[in-house]
Amino acid sequence: MTNHWVDIKNTDLVLIMGGNAAEAHPCGFKWVTEAKAHRKARLIVVDPRFTRSAAVSDYYAPIRAGTDIAFLGGVINYLLSNDKIHHEYVKTYTDFSFLVKDEFAFNDGLYSGYNPEKRSYDKSTWGYQVGADGYVVTDPTLQNPRCVYQMMKAHYARYTPDVVSSICGTPKEAFLKVCEMIAGTATPNKTMTIMYALGWTQHSQGSQNIRTGAMVQLLLGNIGVAGGGMNALRGHSNIQGLTDLGLLSNLLPGYMSLPNDAEQDYKAYVEKRASKPLRPGQLSYWQNYNKFFVSNMKAWWGDAATAENNWCYDWLPKLDKGYDLLQVFENMNQGKVNGYICQGFNPLASAPCKVKVSGSLAKLKYLVIIDPLATETSEFWQNHGEYNDVDPAKIQTEVFRLPSTCFAEEDGSLVSSSRVLQWHWKAAEPPGDAKGDQEIMAGIFLRLRDLYKKGGGAFPDPILNLTWKHRQPESPSPEELAREFSGKALKDVTDPKDPAKVLVKAGEQLNGFAELRDDGSTSCGCWIFSGAWSEKGNLMARRDNSDPYGIGQTLNWAFAWPANRRVLYNRASCDPSGKPYDPTRKLIAWDAASGKWGGADIPDFKPDSPPEDGMNPFIMNPEGVARFFAVGLMAEGPFPEHYEPMESPLANNPMHPKNEMARANPAARVFKEDWASFGKPDQFPYVGTTYRLTEHFHFWTKHARLNAIIQPEQFVEIGEDLAKEKGIKDGDHVRVRSKRGFIVAVAVVTKRVRTLDVEGRKVHTVGMPIHWGFMGLTKNGYITNTLTPFVGDANTQTPEFKAFLVNIEKV
Amino acid sequence: MQVTRRQFFKICAAGVGSSSLVALGFAPGEALAEVRAFKLARTTETRNTCPYCSVGCGLLIYSLGDKAKNAPGEIMHIEGDPDHPVNRGTLCPKGAGLLDFVHSPGRLKQPEYRAPGSKEWTPISWDDAFTRIAKLMKDDRDKNFIAKNDKGETVNRWVSTGMLAASASSNETGYLTQKIARSLGMLAFDNQARV
Repeated sequence: MTNHWVDIKNTDLVLIMGGNAAEAHPCGFKWVTEAKAHRKARLIVVDPRFTRSAAVSDYYAPIRAGTDIAFLGGVINYLLSNDKIHHEYVKTYTDFSFLVKDEFAFNDGLYSGYNPEKRSYDKSTWGYQVGADGYVVTDPTLQNPRCVYQMMKAHYARYTPDVVSSICGTPKEAFLKVCEMIAGTATPNKTMTIMYALGWTQHSQGSQNIRTGAMVQLLLGNIGVAGGGMNALRGHSNIQGLTDLGLLSNLLPGYMSLPNDAEQDYKAYVEKRASKPLRPGQLSYWQNYNKFFVSNMKAWWGDAATAENNWCYDWLPKLDKGYDLLQVFENMNQGKVNGYICQGFNPLASAPCKVKVSGSLAKLKYLVIIDPLATETSEFWQNHGEYNDVDPAKIQTEVFRLPSTCFAEEDGSLVSSSRVLQWHWKAAEPPGDAKGDQEIMAGIFLRLRDLYKKGGGAFPDPILNLTWKHRQPESPSPEELAREFSGKALKDVTDPKDPAKVLVKAGEQLNGFAELRDDGSTSCGCWIFSGAWSEKGNLMARRDNSDPYGIGQTLNWAFAWPANRRVLYNRASCDPSGKPYDPTRKLIAWDAASGKWGGADIPDFKPDSPPEDGMNPFIMNPEGVARFFAVGLMAEGPFPEHYEPMESPLANNPMHPKNEMARANPAARVFKEDWASFGKPDQFPYVGTTYRLTEHFHFWTKHARLNAIIQPEQFVEIGEDLAKEKGIKDGDHVRVRSKRGFIVAVAVVTKRVRTLDVEGRKVHTVGMPIHWGFMGLTKNGYITNTLTPFVGDANTQTPEFKAFLVNIEKV
Repeated sequence: MQVTRRQFFKICAAGVGSSSLVALGFAPGEALAEVRAFKLARTTETRNTCPYCSVGCGLLIYSLGDKAKNAPGEIMHIEGDPDHPVNRGTLCPKGAGLLDFVHSPGRLKQPEYRAPGSKEWTPISWDDAFTRIAKLMKDDRDKNFIAKNDKGETVNRWVSTGMLAASASSNETGYLTQKIARSLGMLAFDNQARV
């Protein structure tokens, strides 16, 4: 979230699209209710189903799954052609006036540089025009046809209300009503928040769904303000934290990234990431990359990381390609993976195309499960009848199942969707012989280290030198680890302006990332968490919920990253002169008397930079402004374009009916053999989509008695028209089939799932909650991901669980 | 004043504390009955965070047991923390069932091992499990570690063993896991943020 849960109470309009907060995040959704009750805020829900959020909305618009970019592209067109934009904001704080390279082009659904064999782009033309001074060329009059404003206007002019309605199946008047409500927040005294979740991410164009939403918010000046923002409602209690800590194939802590093979030179690696400002007077905060990187290497390898060995740069693994979950299962399926460790992760249930995942696991030599619960993955080799019909004798995988603690049996911190790190305390011992995750990881690692110490082996240096200064080496404590990622001074850290002044003494915890150095004098395992545990103590454990400014900031409750800031980009809530656009919702302002920014939040800005210096609010971008034109950062193009889901009920993309290459996302990665696993509408005519219920959490709560009682049996939802066509009655058992397999479940016939008019014909949707499996206390059921396609978003490789093709029949 | 046992319970049920009854002279002539103390009065209150979605609701966990050596704590109630700025004491249907997650019959209690081709689990000690896993990992790493690629570039990666980390584990676990995985040269490494 750019903003945070409580801040939703400050909004005038809530758009829930690609999520269902009332169902999946009920206690956070209460702040929508609060805004409705006390600010007269209104709620719009756009969703393929009439969800629980829709049930309490002021306006609901249906949409076909997988067409969000068409819808939002239409909103952009509406805002631009009706001049419902925040003029000063877009002109000053975005790249509206930036000129795009002349070679950049867009032809019938494809951007310049496309390579159909590789299904990827040469992005060299996707950039701004740069002048001799090294800065981007701009046209403040916005008249130049190559300026981002004009190009964007032309790009989205194609998304007329009629086109949107025909692609999305949203009635035209409903679409226009939503546009009109959204446009009402273009004024400085009105704002909108967008709340989204997996309904936007789990598409082959998921990242672009989110980008299009962010573009709408930027046009309206709704980023950086109280009650505004782009708010990702994340799904697991610490999915934000594990992302922040970089536990993804290509990441290091704090959104630093691992080098690729070609990056043999450490200095070039840093320079590429430490971007110099692209406009005069901009901060471009990533210029400090080396400070974050060196401090990270010092945290991991201590004295072994020196200036001479480039702080152990070569000890980090380099990427020849991404090793995301889909790629790894593909490799496993090809017999290239021998071992796999699942720590609190149940891929048999949560990865797409169960038959492929199950077959891949069976090719492993060893599988290690670390979990508090008996997961489906841990028993992938066991015959569970129709729900997991395998022959154990044929599966040669060695499996270890190690019992771990749950939340109630450990101390530690979790990062909420609000980016707040909250400490929690142990209440009881775990059952039986279960151990904490840290003890389990240490148990494996210390034995490995011993083996390398005694017998040598492949490149042992990073293992032997990994810092391990724990009072109980076999059980590193949460306090020690939290202090390590928060960071400390290894030598005295002095003030750059006055070297005689010591800011932090050697051995002391740092106050924040501003104190990090690139000379090896500081150590910090995750720069964005820096200051979470300072000399003041564990700030994550703070429990002062007072709200002196009355807008819900609670700065003394726990610790938010970065720097305890609660609303990102908050400098953009003020006009260029430093005055809040809406004084009734003031987050920060420039105080000329003290020469500082301040207010209800920690300024997301250089705290002493006066407005007249012209530094812009988006300090992490080298431009200093927000980008409508994504330059080369997205796989499928700088402006989001509508593509059909990989499996679509339409034969072509209505935006580019004659270009087969632009039917689905041209940059989506598809493994060779998986092309044959995609279904066509003649055999699988209905749109399948998966989702969650308020009574269950993924595949865990089926192990909890209360939840198993209130939602005991697998079902699917279909509309009345489809039910009639297929002769299915409420309560009948149905078989839902995709090209990849089938599930059997009870049919719920409901008005909540409606038939849509798309491109002149009827399109039906089959909705499927995901929560069942063959372990736990609920009635056994089929794993819903039996049905889903093995393809992901072109940028993140997040699987396309929200839009695919199925057929349905009465059993 | 004499109060029958039945009347006494009636008065208490009306919500009047027994101590004020005594002060007003309402004490029964003899100890006919003792009001049951609130169960929570004998418990330990521990602050925690809901492990499900990332609204990050504050929890109060109540456990029995005085922490004496032979009196292990037993969690008997979980509710929303009213001081928490986001959930203000509330929990959703998922969070309301947390006690049943903690005490689920599906909780694993001892390390188990499934041999190749076997139809069943057999118990294994922690030490044996760790030792065997470390051996398997080292054998695979030593055999398949890639120090240099075809072009002779230093790449130091190990991609024949992978790991999925848990996005419900703490930052401290996540940090330790990240550090260990990269020290081994692992790249086939993700968490639920990927799906």
